[in-house]
Amino acid sequence: MRLVSRLLIALVLLAAGPAAAQSWAEISGKARGQTVYFNAWGGSTKANDYIAWVGEQVKARHGIELRHVKVTDIAETVARVLAEKTAGRMEGGSADLLWINGENFAAMKANGLLHGPFTQALPNMALVDTAGKPTTVDFTVPVDGYEAPWSMAQLVFVRDTAVLPDPPTSIPALLDWAKANPGRFTYPQPPNFLGTTFLKQALIALTDDPAALTKPVESAAFERVTARLWPYLDALHPLLWRQGRVFPANGPDQRRLLNDGEIDISLAFSALEAASAIESGLLPATARVYTLNNGTIGNANFVAIPFNARAKEAAMVVADFLLSPEAQARKLDPRHWGTGTVLDLDKLSADQRALFDAVPKHPAAPALDSLGPALPEPHPSWMERIEKEWARRYAAG
Amino acid sequence: MLFPIITAVLFLAPIAVGLLGTLLPSFGILPALGGVEPSIQPWRDLFATPGLWTALRLTVTTGLAATLLSFLLAVGFCAAWQGSRWFARLQRLLPPLLAVPHAAFAIGFAFLVAPSGWVVRLLSPWATGWTRPPDLPLIQDPWGIALTLALVVKEVPFLVLMIGAALAQTRADRLLAGARALGYGPVTGWVKVVLPLVYRQVRLPVLAVLAYSLSAVEPALVLGPSTPPPLTPLVLRWFADPDLSMRFRAAAGAVLQLGVVVGGIGVWWLAERIVAVKGRRWAVAGARGGRGAGARLAGGGAMALAVLVSVAAVAVLAVWAFARNWRFNEAFPGAWSLDTVGRTLPQLTEPAWTTLVIAVAAVLIGLVLVVGCLEHERRGGAALGRRALWLIYAPLLVPGVGFLFGIQVVLVASGLDGSWAALVWVHLLYVLPYLYLTLADPWRALDERYERTARSLGASASRAFWRVRAAMLLRPILTACAVGFAVSVGQYLPTLFASGGRMATLTTEAVALASGADRRVTAVYAFAQAALPLLAFAAALAVPAWAYRNRKGMR
Repeated sequence: MRLVSRLLIALVLLAAGPAAAQSWAEISGKARGQTVYFNAWGGSTKANDYIAWVGEQVKARHGIELRHVKVTDIAETVARVLAEKTAGRMEGGSADLLWINGENFAAMKANGLLHGPFTQALPNMALVDTAGKPTTVDFTVPVDGYEAPWSMAQLVFVRDTAVLPDPPTSIPALLDWAKANPGRFTYPQPPNFLGTTFLKQALIALTDDPAALTKPVESAAFERVTARLWPYLDALHPLLWRQGRVFPANGPDQRRLLNDGEIDISLAFSALEAASAIESGLLPATARVYTLNNGTIGNANFVAIPFNARAKEAAMVVADFLLSPEAQARKLDPRHWGTGTVLDLDKLSADQRALFDAVPKHPAAPALDSLGPALPEPHPSWMERIEKEWARRYAAG
Repeated sequence: MLFPIITAVLFLAPIAVGLLGTLLPSFGILPALGGVEPSIQPWRDLFATPGLWTALRLTVTTGLAATLLSFLLAVGFCAAWQGSRWFARLQRLLPPLLAVPHAAFAIGFAFLVAPSGWVVRLLSPWATGWTRPPDLPLIQDPWGIALTLALVVKEVPFLVLMIGAALAQTRADRLLAGARALGYGPVTGWVKVVLPLVYRQVRLPVLAVLAYSLSAVEPALVLGPSTPPPLTPLVLRWFADPDLSMRFRAAAGAVLQLGVVVGGIGVWWLAERIVAVKGRRWAVAGARGGRGAGARLAGGGAMALAVLVSVAAVAVLAVWAFARNWRFNEAFPGAWSLDTVGRTLPQLTEPAWTTLVIAVAAVLIGLVLVVGCLEHERRGGAALGRRALWLIYAPLLVPGVGFLFGIQVVLVASGLDGSWAALVWVHLLYVLPYLYLTLADPWRALDERYERTARSLGASASRAFWRVRAAMLLRPILTACAVGFAVSVGQYLPTLFASGGRMATLTTEAVALASGADRRVTAVYAFAQAALPLLAFAAALAVPAWAYRNRKGMR
């Protein structure tokens, strides 16, 4: 009997989750004085400055010390959390908060490297748009409360309107344009997420069976579904910058090529890319973003807490602050960063709404409805297979 | 007796443990990922990797070519110019060039020679006719030429300095005078008589250059091709892959990298034998050689170019740091601004402090150990034998990826990762060999009689040590410290693995920014990274000058 009741208690505790056991007041009380190591990609000065601002805010409001650990690829941190699990360090880990999505989230969730579910405890979660924006599913993998949404992103193409007033607006048109303008387009080298997104975008446009992409990939289906992608790339690559033998490392690297005039079209994962880059002097004032006729892939990115984080409470408070209307409105401002909000503006109070209305409209910021529909991400297993096949075909020298 | 033992334990243990921690996963053993059964699957995966052979070929050709070219250039230059005023001047110019970290140099080199780089900007459109950057593989070329050349420019100063130090001990001048008296041309005479003696002494540094060139990370990331990259960046990519099972393949790749370096050293050793046999015949055959004007011109020209490129690579960093905008074709930025520096400096302070503290700590600990070993040897203890010397050199000869993953696992297990102690210790692995290398010869060369005189005048042993030996050796001690400092500042991979990503140094920040972001911000970080060691070298020159201001004989 005692065994049964113990089992029941254990089950109830498990179902409730570790985070729900504490009230928000308890959590923020514990958070005071903790230091949060926020592992986030450090390749964008704008993002770095924004995170520094978050650090000042949570210090002043919640007494939390925020340290931005700038990584070149968040997978490095995933690797480290794994190394810690390898060494049996189940608490006191080196990372407290990660900027993450898609493939890395799927890998961490599957390997039990995440703390949670924790998002149900965050007060600002109530403001998140869970219906119109992909904030509950990350690349078809259910989030299940293991990561808190942070930003919205949509694949955009960037060009200088003074150089290229009339850009190609479909995947087939891009190939025709490249034939007429060899050496003027490229994309970041997969497995960089932006490069892989371009491949997925091309796949969605070219495949006969888009429905297959929402399910985990099967070997037989892979060949059939991607049958048109590879001939397309075979034709495109000789027409790319450096004949497709070298690719830029990531989005900012490709933006640099655009700014230097080495290429005519760049890619980004933010509708405010042009506005933000112009503000920083990284693109000419005539730069603008555009999307394809049938829309482009859109997704959300998140913050997550490793299973062995030292400052779980403070990490949750920071995640909550990142979701606050104030932080989200600032992030929307191209002068401060320029990425889309995950909040549902209709759920905000008038005061909160005013914060968003106060964000100045930049001439290079596209109108909200001009970007076309945001297409859903395929299941992460597709990404893995496409990356592998791409490496086999194009990165083997 | 204590010092040699401590030094040995400090070196042998971590590398052995690190190697084991890499070797086991390469055979499928990594319990956290469910790897408990030995298996050769990681090796099968490794050799099935598309592009592995290209990566391997690229690694071997760039590594061997860079080493051979650096060595030939350094020897050619020394043979042609030793004893001249230019040689002496250059020897003073080289240490600061050497101090520029590989990451900063590679970033500057890329700004210089890329299709949209400074050289093309200066020449366009008036000389080239280009109104937009040409689509030419000037960097990241599939053959690794840019990578090889950058490595050569960076390694030649090191080898020239090492040859210079060896020359001082070999009575090269007298040997050369003898050869000249027998009618040998200056260059031929040098190669026949001096080189065989010098080579024995610079063999270890040459092998260190070989090992580095075969496993370089930062230059390969910035300047090497990427489809596929050389082996080390490829292996690092696997270590960072979100698919965690790639860790096994990465471990196998790291062991393969180790094999490449061992194989490279083997090839070099074999080539040494062949050259020694053929060379001996050539040396005694009696050919006197000409005046060597061609060799002088070629050696001097190539050396001048290498120095020019090094200086320009740092200069272009400074220009970018102060640029507001710099569009293609403009020889100089269209507008200047202090904004980037002003905005970046506050963020730069903390990494700069971390860099400084680690470097100073590693240098001080290293100095105590090295001086302890040298004094132990001088006071009648056994000299660090040839074998012990190899031991000290081990971190320079064993590629970092080969043991750093293993060390990381150990550090994490002991809870030391990300601690100051771990970082300083891992840096020490790389700082100590250079300290030993630069300090051992001057330490041994100082005439014993100075101290003996002090003792006979009643000074205690410690007083004689501090007031006479340490004081007289101030200059080489500080130079060694500056070298060690520069080595510590430049460490990328060891910092990354030991800090658990928690401690940012100027190097990790500069490399993180190099792959994208804002060229101006990258330039500020890279320039700061280069400036710190340069300041250390300036201090190494200024402090003795001040300390000896009224010691006429020491100037």
